[in-house]
Amino acid sequence: MSDAIALRRIEEAKRRTLITPEGVDLSLKLADVGQRIGAFLVDGLIMIGILIGLSLLAIAAIATIGLERGEIVAVIWLLGFFMLRNGYFILMEMGPRAATFGKRASGLRVVARSGERLTADRVIARNLMREIEFYLPVSFLFYNAAEGAGSALMSLAGLAWTGLFLFFPMFNKDKMRVGDLLAGTWVISAPRKKLDVDLLDTEAPAVLRFTFTEAQLDVYGVFELQTLERVLRDAQPEAIATVAFTIRNKIGFAGGEGEDREFLLCYYDAIRARMERGLLFGKRRADKFDKGS
Amino acid sequence: MAANDSRRFRAARQEEWRRLEAILTTAEKRSVRALEDEDLLALPILYRGALSSLSVARETSLDLELITYLEGLCARAYFFVYGVRTSAGSRLASFFARDWPLAIQGLWRETLVSLLITLIGAFAGYFLVINDPEWYASFVSPDLAGGRDFSASADFLRNQLYDNPGADGLSFFATFLFTHNSQIAIMCFALGFAFGVPTLMLLIQNGAMLGAILALYISRGLGMEMGGWLIIHGSTEMFAIILAGAAGFKIGWAVIFPGEETRLDAATRAGRTSALAMAGVVAMLACAGLLEGVGRQIIVSDLVRYAIGLTMLALWIAYFYLPRRAADV
Repeated sequence: MSDAIALRRIEEAKRRTLITPEGVDLSLKLADVGQRIGAFLVDGLIMIGILIGLSLLAIAAIATIGLERGEIVAVIWLLGFFMLRNGYFILMEMGPRAATFGKRASGLRVVARSGERLTADRVIARNLMREIEFYLPVSFLFYNAAEGAGSALMSLAGLAWTGLFLFFPMFNKDKMRVGDLLAGTWVISAPRKKLDVDLLDTEAPAVLRFTFTEAQLDVYGVFELQTLERVLRDAQPEAIATVAFTIRNKIGFAGGEGEDREFLLCYYDAIRARMERGLLFGKRRADKFDKGS
Repeated sequence: MAANDSRRFRAARQEEWRRLEAILTTAEKRSVRALEDEDLLALPILYRGALSSLSVARETSLDLELITYLEGLCARAYFFVYGVRTSAGSRLASFFARDWPLAIQGLWRETLVSLLITLIGAFAGYFLVINDPEWYASFVSPDLAGGRDFSASADFLRNQLYDNPGADGLSFFATFLFTHNSQIAIMCFALGFAFGVPTLMLLIQNGAMLGAILALYISRGLGMEMGGWLIIHGSTEMFAIILAGAAGFKIGWAVIFPGEETRLDAATRAGRTSALAMAGVVAMLACAGLLEGVGRQIIVSDLVRYAIGLTMLALWIAYFYLPRRAADV
């Protein structure tokens, strides 16, 4: 019992209310820490890639025009490096997608906590803080390595500093970095997705072969229905077999052995139709423990 | 049994959703200008249609796929429809005409504190070094001093002030100064979050270094000349660093003493104002880099150096603090 409820609580804890002027709650989903780290790694790799490309270009340019006139190349390289370090995140997040390449890849975007439009000052604030969240500890580590060991105490202090900012997003319920906190932003997961076909349409002809009694249809609630939908969409044979076995036992249904997917599709179709009819009459059963009022 | 209402609902509306999706994709990938007129006109209608579909779907459909899709689509459309799309040019113009000076004005208390701390650092550095030159090395690191220390002769020190390395390397020097100083200023700002303590230390150190160098030159009777060497770019550069420190203090102060707002709101408000100020500080440092890297190397007259430095200071002060109208909107 606690598993299903705990799962639902976790899902709900990630949701944040944003009421549009039209009065609809968009119910935004906050990004996971894992997604954030993934996005940052992608961005890091892209930045390193650009830096390497820039340096190679600079070397090639100096080789062509000669070292005496190479100053302009050095100036461009230095400005490029500066822009990359400070401008990459800021310029990309000020664009219409409000996301860097890494964030796009993970389906994330930056949003103002208040739901207002994301203004430049917010984007600048959240990204300048990277200076102490990331660049400072990194350059500190390099400096220590270059100076030879460095004192153990200093390294420890550096480690503590890094840890403090690195784990900051894990210690607040909104998963905010220090930069997010100061800018009044958070990062939401809003992947672009195509509308997949309705499960009822996919294999419709196969579906109508089993019939269920009312008692068999009233076993589950919305949560179980949608979990079943996910299992069917993922189409993992073992998961389907397990779920089919569990449901057969639970509702006491015999038959359809060896046709697990057909059985599940049929059952899904039947309980969804029944529950949706219930919705029209104002009956919504959250999960199998919900006895209704 | 399978032909239920939620399927019909979806079949009837999905073409509109797909159209909205296509318009959004075009607009996000390229720009609003890439949209046809009729698409642009249809966008708000399609957006409201999708919102109402979402409301209906939440109440009548149990198709998780459909609801997730609509939530994503509506969120995308919302951020697009309600994002104000002004051109980069007009945003820049309003930044320099209004937003930046207003942000700086909002920092006036912190700016005074920041200035005071720098002055304290400078006086401390000056008097410590004047009384005991041993202190010099603790304020000015040897690689930064480049031989300018108490063992150097007065002639060497004087030459350092007017030495013109030729036009070679000037622009690189200017660029280097700009990026280096900007990074320090950004650090000064960001460290403000740690209750302003590291910012305070950075400002004191910066002031002390200034004081120590002045002490060295004044003790050799070169105070006036050193002043010219410093002020031509220093009036802009030190001002920028002081403002960066002020931005840091603003954040630190808001985190410690949020006043009547919640700590989070106070930090956010301080963070946004200071970030605006900081964007301009970087522009100021670009100016300072040019003055230091190019202007100072070319102009060797003390008088002109003073004139340029003081004019810059007057211009900055007038630009920031002359009263101006708040935003019209």
